[in-house]
Amino acid sequence: MIYKVISKPEFRAFVDALVRANTSYGPRQVDTGRNGEPIYQFMPVSSADEIAFDYTVTASSAKHLLMPFREELSKFSFRDGNWSQEVSYDAPPIVLFGLRPCDINAINLLDEVMLKGPYPSPYYLARRKNTFIIGMDHLPLPDCFCKSMNRHTTDHGFNLFASDIGEKYFLSINSSKAFNFLKEFETADPTYEDDCLLIERRKTIKQSFQTNVEVTGLPMFLDLEFDSPIWEKWGDKCLNCGTCAMVCPTCYCYNVEEHVETGLGSSSREKRLYSCNLVDFAEVTGGHNFRPKNGDRLKYRYYHHYRGFAVNDNQQICVGCNRCGRACLAGINPKDVINDLRLEKESCMTCVSPSPQKS
Amino acid sequence: MHDLRFTIPAEELNREPFARTSPDFGKKSELMVTDHGYKCRITNIVPLSEQERLFQLRIVDPRERAMFTFRPGQFLMLEVPGYGEAPISISSATSNREFIELCIRKAGHVTSALFEARQGALVAVRGPFGTSFPMESMQEHDVLLIAGGLGIAPLRAPLFWINDHRDHYRNVSFLYGAKEPSQMLFTYQFEEWKTVSHIDLHTIVEKPDDQWTGRTGMITSLFDDITIDPKNTWAIVCGPPVMFKFVCTHLDKLGIPMNRMFVSLERRMHCGMGKCCRCMVGSTFTCLDGPVFDYWSVINLKEAI
Repeated sequence: MIYKVISKPEFRAFVDALVRANTSYGPRQVDTGRNGEPIYQFMPVSSADEIAFDYTVTASSAKHLLMPFREELSKFSFRDGNWSQEVSYDAPPIVLFGLRPCDINAINLLDEVMLKGPYPSPYYLARRKNTFIIGMDHLPLPDCFCKSMNRHTTDHGFNLFASDIGEKYFLSINSSKAFNFLKEFETADPTYEDDCLLIERRKTIKQSFQTNVEVTGLPMFLDLEFDSPIWEKWGDKCLNCGTCAMVCPTCYCYNVEEHVETGLGSSSREKRLYSCNLVDFAEVTGGHNFRPKNGDRLKYRYYHHYRGFAVNDNQQICVGCNRCGRACLAGINPKDVINDLRLEKESCMTCVSPSPQKS
Repeated sequence: MHDLRFTIPAEELNREPFARTSPDFGKKSELMVTDHGYKCRITNIVPLSEQERLFQLRIVDPRERAMFTFRPGQFLMLEVPGYGEAPISISSATSNREFIELCIRKAGHVTSALFEARQGALVAVRGPFGTSFPMESMQEHDVLLIAGGLGIAPLRAPLFWINDHRDHYRNVSFLYGAKEPSQMLFTYQFEEWKTVSHIDLHTIVEKPDDQWTGRTGMITSLFDDITIDPKNTWAIVCGPPVMFKFVCTHLDKLGIPMNRMFVSLERRMHCGMGKCCRCMVGSTFTCLDGPVFDYWSVINLKEAI
């Protein structure tokens, strides 16, 4: 990794040149919310003026740019009672600008899931390799809890990372491509003051977190609380809409469907991102549903996010961005569910053993 | 009284950990990294009952046919172009390199489309995926196979395997239960299994009809008919989820070690490659660490049965 500093106007000029030359996605204000707050999304951008450099957080994650909601896996063409199958792994090169450390960590986690194991996904690999990622740090929102998940900093998974140190940006250059692009712009080696400013910035970010979710030992808690009434309680609130999975940067479960073209000449096998909260997620042919209740499905999602699956070494895949909590129509957020789970365990301990009284 | 001495038979010490080993004889199939299916021709369709048929497929391309190998218990993704994919367990003999046989019940939209297909139609398969029954470890032991209903489909491959290597196995019993006599599958093979393969076959039905002369009741009552040597028996159980509980608990009581009882779980896989999460049990996937699990894994995995 090579470190440089760049003045803010120069960085803007660099971003402008980059997004003009490539298909680019960056944070843009798309709407205003109920209380007048701006709503940002990763949208196609064609110049630096369209990018909200000082955005807070996007409503959806950047996941769908690497893993589209609908993606064609293969195409069948029918002719004379026979068929032929075409599979293409082509992906156009894109630039992703303005990802937060949690978003980059989420992509790193997706890399592990999609590219490790016995069957790496060529579709994902093609997109991932053709993506140029520029990250930016930010001060956490009141409900961000990425520090609790230890995902508030990142050291890989991006091409270029810009930390705001007042007048300038402190750049971490992680690829030769980014280094070459930057040659045409005026950068300087960081001075001692710049390093101090960066450390100061890191400290400020670290100390600005207002939400803390205790996740130590959570995998075992989740195993112990598998039959807890907590799940039913939160499940009763859940509307099974799947919004949480849609905005989540690490939800990757999908459905494979086949669609016939209207001319009946061909059909395409499509992958569609799905949500484990949808009713038929675990239904098998014949109608048996392995997770029939709301609570079962909600539990499954928390299991996947906070216990982790064997396929990615039992890592917790939640990055703590709290997008699901903000988007949930029923007001379910991970902080409350996990705290509820822990509290129940604690109260359970106090009732069976004479542990010290709580004030 | 249970024998509580902790001894591990020598052959188990040498055995590799069961999960995630050598699908496809340790060779990495080229299919594993692509999403291309092998094009297959339906060469024969055998009606087994009202709902079930046996489809015999032959891979069209000779090179692909030579490459396609599988182990008993594995499944493949059957593609009916234009309709979709469904996970189907392989019912043919591993030694049969010419044809793939799939025992299929008409249940969803893919299988319904397949039932419309005639002989000569072209479909595709991806696979094989998943773990398999450890047939080598069962050698020189008794084998107990228990199937309920359509559960006979994944058990046909180990049955053929035992038939091919009958000298290596000691007593082989096969308990098969169905709801009605008309739903009993592969009845035409029963004589062959009994006389040629020397398999101790017992059948039972829940609801007998007028012609039925055999046993009536639940499959667990067949345990009275056979003698089990729990120290030297390996069991393979396959059937509806409710059957696992009764049968496995019974076998556990008899004293068969949990790591010698194997079940084949059923989930609706969409990718077969451990990506789509649709077949998740506990913290793992049925398509990667399953569909064959030992009973110890099953009781450890949440929501497995």
